[in-house]
Amino acid sequence: MKEVQIDELQELLNSFANKDVYIHLETTNGAYATHFNEKVFNAGAFIRNAKIKYELAKVINDTPHRVGLKMERGWVYAQGITHYELDDKGRLLMAGLDFTGKLAVALEISETPFSY
Amino acid sequence: MTLQPQRQILVVFPHPDDEAFSSAGTIRLYRNMGVPVTYACLTLGEMGRNLGNPPFATRESLPEIRRKELQAACEFMGIEDLRMMGLRDKTVEFEDDEKMVKLVKDLIDELNPSLIITFLPGYAVHPDHEATARAVVEAVRRMPKTIRPTVYAVGFANNTLADKGAPPVEIDVSSVKQDKLKALQAHASQTAWMIEENTKRVDEGQPMSDSWLHYERFYIVDFED
Repeated sequence: MKEVQIDELQELLNSFANKDVYIHLETTNGAYATHFNEKVFNAGAFIRNAKIKYELAKVINDTPHRVGLKMERGWVYAQGITHYELDDKGRLLMAGLDFTGKLAVALEISETPFSY
Repeated sequence: MTLQPQRQILVVFPHPDDEAFSSAGTIRLYRNMGVPVTYACLTLGEMGRNLGNPPFATRESLPEIRRKELQAACEFMGIEDLRMMGLRDKTVEFEDDEKMVKLVKDLIDELNPSLIITFLPGYAVHPDHEATARAVVEAVRRMPKTIRPTVYAVGFANNTLADKGAPPVEIDVSSVKQDKLKALQAHASQTAWMIEENTKRVDEGQPMSDSWLHYERFYIVDFED
């Protein structure tokens, strides 16, 4: 993955618009967050291989970036995106890596289902 | 304490590297004595957070990296029977409870272990650790009392010592410290930062306590009936 280049990422997002796609969306502060600091309220969410179709996608020019997908009836968005790549299977993998290299958020889009 | 003789050991943990931190020395010592060890690793740690910055992996490439790390770690521990059970990281507790008990029961039926090493229910911190420990303890609890294997359990929640007292089993693994270190280093995607941090501290004249490289400590699960 490389750091977000807005124009290129926007084009990649556009290329999946109006298609049936599978998404992986994840936010996390780690299963050990409360173990290391009892004042942390540990919350996160995860969905994998949800099938959606979006008509509009936008990456916002801020650091870290936000990416939003508008569907016919509803929305998907991720906040904190720093890196992305189009992998060798043609999947758009976006991630938000914190200052120590730990994943805090991921949004991935693919025309074929992700593994289990 | 001296190692109790064992016929067959079954190690059950959910993530590649759980075994290296908690039990690599004990496993190596038993392997050096010729005791067969089977390691059932339930997931590939697919949801590991450490991808680096700049990143060395993606969410999708991480499992394959960790599979290879696990295989390498097993070589350093001398484990010849590694079972990768195909569950997904962070979902173990949401699997059907009976399916999980059966997974463990099938392994016990096949291997007839005299010792199982896993986590301590209630003191295992990570939800996958807890779910793994629950399944193991339940599978053993259902066995006739006379043929139950001993269960060594790893607890490391912040309240473990206060609630449970000192672990009754303390194994001196100093003689295989290098093997344990190599097993930990094999899980580089998970441990590189830790080993780097320790090197830095040594450079600064403040070595991290390495007691965890010299002793491995276990509770013994009490089945009460």
